[in-house]
Amino acid sequence: MTESLHALSGAYVVGALDDHEREIFEAHLPGCLDCQAEVVSLREAAAVLAADAELTPPESLRVSVLAGIRAIRPLPPEAGVTSLPYEDGPKIVQPAETSEAPAPSNVVPMRRRRFRIATLAAAAAVITAVGVGGTWQPWQDDTTSTLSAADRVLAASDAQRVSTEFTDGSSATVVRSVKEGKAVLLTRNMAAPPTGKSFELWLRDAQGRLLPAGLMTTAGDHKLLLTGDATKSTGVGITVEPLEGSEQPTTKPLAMLELSEAEA
Amino acid sequence: MTRISSDPSGSPFGEPEATGVPQPVTGDDSRQNLGELLRRSGRGDEAAFAQLYDATSSRAFGLAVRVVRDPSQAEEVAQEAFLEIWRTASRFDPAKGSAVSWVLTIVHRKSVDRVRSAEASTRRDTTYHQSNAAVEHDSTAEAAQASMEARRVRLALDSLTEVQREALELAYFKGYTHTEVAKMLDLPVGTAKTRIRDGLIRLRDTMGVGQ
Repeated sequence: MTESLHALSGAYVVGALDDHEREIFEAHLPGCLDCQAEVVSLREAAAVLAADAELTPPESLRVSVLAGIRAIRPLPPEAGVTSLPYEDGPKIVQPAETSEAPAPSNVVPMRRRRFRIATLAAAAAVITAVGVGGTWQPWQDDTTSTLSAADRVLAASDAQRVSTEFTDGSSATVVRSVKEGKAVLLTRNMAAPPTGKSFELWLRDAQGRLLPAGLMTTAGDHKLLLTGDATKSTGVGITVEPLEGSEQPTTKPLAMLELSEAEA
Repeated sequence: MTRISSDPSGSPFGEPEATGVPQPVTGDDSRQNLGELLRRSGRGDEAAFAQLYDATSSRAFGLAVRVVRDPSQAEEVAQEAFLEIWRTASRFDPAKGSAVSWVLTIVHRKSVDRVRSAEASTRRDTTYHQSNAAVEHDSTAEAAQASMEARRVRLALDSLTEVQREALELAYFKGYTHTEVAKMLDLPVGTAKTRIRDGLIRLRDTMGVGQ
């Protein structure tokens, strides 16, 4: 499932996703450093394509553009968007993973860069994480224009949340909106999954079955729109699974957030 | 004013093509310059924005024409895009790619929105034959004034498989969704997006960009 999400990167870059797919991919992006790196590099490739189309515009375009900007005030910079969490956060080496060989490829191996945001930076990190969502969509007018599906859940009037803290100081929060029919997982200071594994998320239905709802492959602060209808879900679970995820949980849940305990 | 565009005054065929190690299309210098121009534009510097316009307008306009087709509509789209670029310049983040790709992403997005809304009803009837004809490389007039960079892009495009190239061109230059591309190229559902991605990856690696 998430594997097919990764495969959307190229179509995303050339604008070939439909609106629904784009929402899903954009909800996935902030939590997936691999996809972020790939989107950046493929955008450069797409820009190269445009060189094949070069055409000198009429002078009238220049005149109207330069006249037009006089009436428009540029937006102020967004607070905290100039850096992504993985770019300048203090890195804490995780002993279990130091044996990894450096990646030889020409793709920036962001997934292998384990990191942890310092707790003191947590407040700043929240601002950063919120900002990241916007800047992946350079055509977006501003933060008030179109909210991503995840942001709509977070902003919904019927949003309910339930949180859990882990012993290492990280935390996870599930926000569910019945009106939006969706749930979002927010993580703070989440550790990376074990090497070669993912954290898989599950929506538990009324019959107690766990349905796959997404993957987290990286450490850090995530805002992840869970796939699937969350209207009647009773809980959200997290398990360790193979990198590409499983159809059913193969390990005991690390956490189960009970939506019956969720509060407005 | 400086215009970076195809310049016929040079000797387009006098110099051998660069061989061996691929050179980045946008060297670090021009990248930084355009990024700096964007940053100054974000602070309301109109002269900086004029320079940015001059450096990117032929790519932006050419892209809009390729996608929208009608030159006067393309001009409208390009104008909208540049005003948007001015307004949102402060949101450009050099850590997430070059200024050129940021500018062109906005132009492309606006262009695709335009064709999708304008042609939503009529385009369903487009036959493969028609669309295939449209995928052919551009007119001789454009080809004659192709810059060195454009010629390098074509060589790079030639290194793609036919399906990769067609899928990429239908998506990027014609604004079709990957689902539509799959139908047009008779590909199994879900494989067009893979061809598009593979094509972009090969293009990226051949041109040595985005690393």
